[in-house]
Amino acid sequence: MTPLSSGGFPANARDALADEKLQAALVNVRTIFRGNRTRAVAATPEFEALRDAGAAVKRHVVENLDAYLERFIAAAEARGGVVHLCADAASARETIAAICRGEGAKLVTKGKSMVTEEIGLNPYLESQGFTPVETDLGEYIVQLRGEPPSHIIAPACHVKKEQVAETFRAAHPHRPAERDLSTHEALLAEARAELRARFLSADVGITGANLLIAETGDAVLVTNEGNGDLTQSLPRCHIVVASIEKLVPTLEDAATVLRVLGRSATGQAASSYTTLSGGVAQPGERGGPAACHVVILDNGRSAMLGGKYEEMLRCIRCGACINHCPIFAAVGGHAYGAVYVGPMGSVLTPLLQSLEEARHLPHACTMCGRCAEVCPMKIPLPDLLRRLREETHAAALTSARSRMGLRLWTFLAQHPSLYRGAGRLAAAALRLAGRRAGALRRWPLAGGWTRFRDLPVPQGGGFVARAYRGDRTGRAAEGDGADGQ
Amino acid sequence: MTAPSPLPRRVALFATCLVETFRPAVGFAAIKLLRDAGLTVAVPPGQTCCGQPSFNSGDREGAKRLAKRVIAEFEDYDAVVVPSGSCAGMIREHYPALFADDAQWGPRAARLSAKTHELTAFLVDICGIETVEVERSASAAYHDSCSARREMKVLSQPRKLLASVDGLELREIDEPEECCGFGGTFCVKNPEISGHMVEEKAKAALATGADMLLAGDMGCLLNIAGRLRRMGSAMEVRHVAEVLAGDTQTPGIAEPEE
Repeated sequence: MTPLSSGGFPANARDALADEKLQAALVNVRTIFRGNRTRAVAATPEFEALRDAGAAVKRHVVENLDAYLERFIAAAEARGGVVHLCADAASARETIAAICRGEGAKLVTKGKSMVTEEIGLNPYLESQGFTPVETDLGEYIVQLRGEPPSHIIAPACHVKKEQVAETFRAAHPHRPAERDLSTHEALLAEARAELRARFLSADVGITGANLLIAETGDAVLVTNEGNGDLTQSLPRCHIVVASIEKLVPTLEDAATVLRVLGRSATGQAASSYTTLSGGVAQPGERGGPAACHVVILDNGRSAMLGGKYEEMLRCIRCGACINHCPIFAAVGGHAYGAVYVGPMGSVLTPLLQSLEEARHLPHACTMCGRCAEVCPMKIPLPDLLRRLREETHAAALTSARSRMGLRLWTFLAQHPSLYRGAGRLAAAALRLAGRRAGALRRWPLAGGWTRFRDLPVPQGGGFVARAYRGDRTGRAAEGDGADGQ
Repeated sequence: MTAPSPLPRRVALFATCLVETFRPAVGFAAIKLLRDAGLTVAVPPGQTCCGQPSFNSGDREGAKRLAKRVIAEFEDYDAVVVPSGSCAGMIREHYPALFADDAQWGPRAARLSAKTHELTAFLVDICGIETVEVERSASAAYHDSCSARREMKVLSQPRKLLASVDGLELREIDEPEECCGFGGTFCVKNPEISGHMVEEKAKAALATGADMLLAGDMGCLLNIAGRLRRMGSAMEVRHVAEVLAGDTQTPGIAEPEE
């Protein structure tokens, strides 16, 4: 798998736009996910109130994170769990590998977890001699393809089913070559058959968590495939990997967040499986792991507390902002070169990794505002992106040309006569070149515009001076324009 | 919405950069509409840019310098009217945030914010106007700019006024919430993505089969008109104010002049 690089965004985006298979796959994201959410919200008259309640829960948690972390640890350990607090990706990876080693593990099954993508767990486990197997269908597909997920809740949304069939044929050579893999059902049946044996023979199961409940010490995982349950209940050891902001105070609060999560993510009132897991199998219980570990990752999050990006810690990873982002719809997830993609990713990547490396991402946005409109946690994503733009500007990470342009513009706009003169001059030049045609196919220094569209020719003459045309007392001339002051 | 208190008596028009440079007709149409509503209209001569390009490019200090000029130039009027959801949104939504920690400019920004309106919303919501007395036999698709739709909550107002144009048949564009890809400097910083987005929007506009494409923001209009021309379409593209003011004799955006 090639390492992710958000610095390559401009080139990645160009490649993505030219990739016909990807473009065909992205149409589904745009239509299906958006339509499902719209219908679910329309069927939930109290949705706005739920959003407010959910956001309030998370706001409260973020403001009292230390207290809820302590409470969670106490509750989880009272049930036989072991909680590991990891400051960064490396310590989380090493902690998890040490647990696996202690279990004498070979095969490690995994439920869907973006945090394990964030810490680069799979390549690390492989390097340590373990065999991690993703069990979410989408994750399984991208793992076989040697790709990262392209979407936080739909990891393989960039591939069409024909590509999945090719992947399966290459990955499952022990199956008959002539088998029919032309339908979704056939692909699903094959993945299920392949994964079943892995579920049963795994030594350790690793799952992510959508929520950690402080009062009970439970981790909550939602899936639509039930793979999370098989991952966490069959092996003798279960490891939950979650980031610190997943905490909620109570079961009741978890229910509030889950009600907006499903609707925002996939348009479901509830995901097919909502599973709570906490601690080890108690005496008399018939299932459950003998060992349970909860790895809680910080990795830059506590540094966001109390700062101008704190609101991002409310994010519940529903993917609604991604599904509604026109930039994501155009280029898909891999173009971002990051684990987290779309609007939430363009905020998180510079904060969790490096502003310099991710400098393009906050600018890959038209500020259309649709992400904030659909965010169940009411995170003002465009405002956060704009703050990151301010940091790229302050750190001179934007292009010299754009910085020069801004300086010139700010200067002109502070001198109305010069500003209007420059505008009229530009308009006159454009009119000279193109008034007969109405629009120009190219124009010096306007290549970014004219590569994809004509440049409309201005009417010319300016407006303010003509409309005003007043004397120094502020009285405007009759007829042409305004009524003076 | 019912009109609150007495009508503003002295209204200032903030024309915007793109109207100043590309399409003065929109400014004159706005003046006509405001005068027809019985208002006295001023065009403060010191006006230039609202500062949004600087603000959205991360140059907060540059944006503040331009915002202070706009505040000083416009704060003495009863209302500020802008033929753009985007520039109106900058003043209304973002000026107060720009000066949130400023004891002097903060309150001035907040006062200006409270009396700044997008043109069609001002006519309908504040002036209580529901109809215009003009005629145009054509079908028209109306494109909502993102800032008009989301920041300024302008959705029904332009449609209400357009519905009163004699002979005009209004059509809706599929996926109306989708951005056209203009995004200010986005369109030149991310040209391929912007080009892809405007292609989709132009196709959706053409799919309505309407004679005209209208919108309330010059940024979207220049973007979509430019793409329509590149695609070989002659669809007439205009700012909504032109149609409402009865000014459809001048060539549309990107149309040849005789």
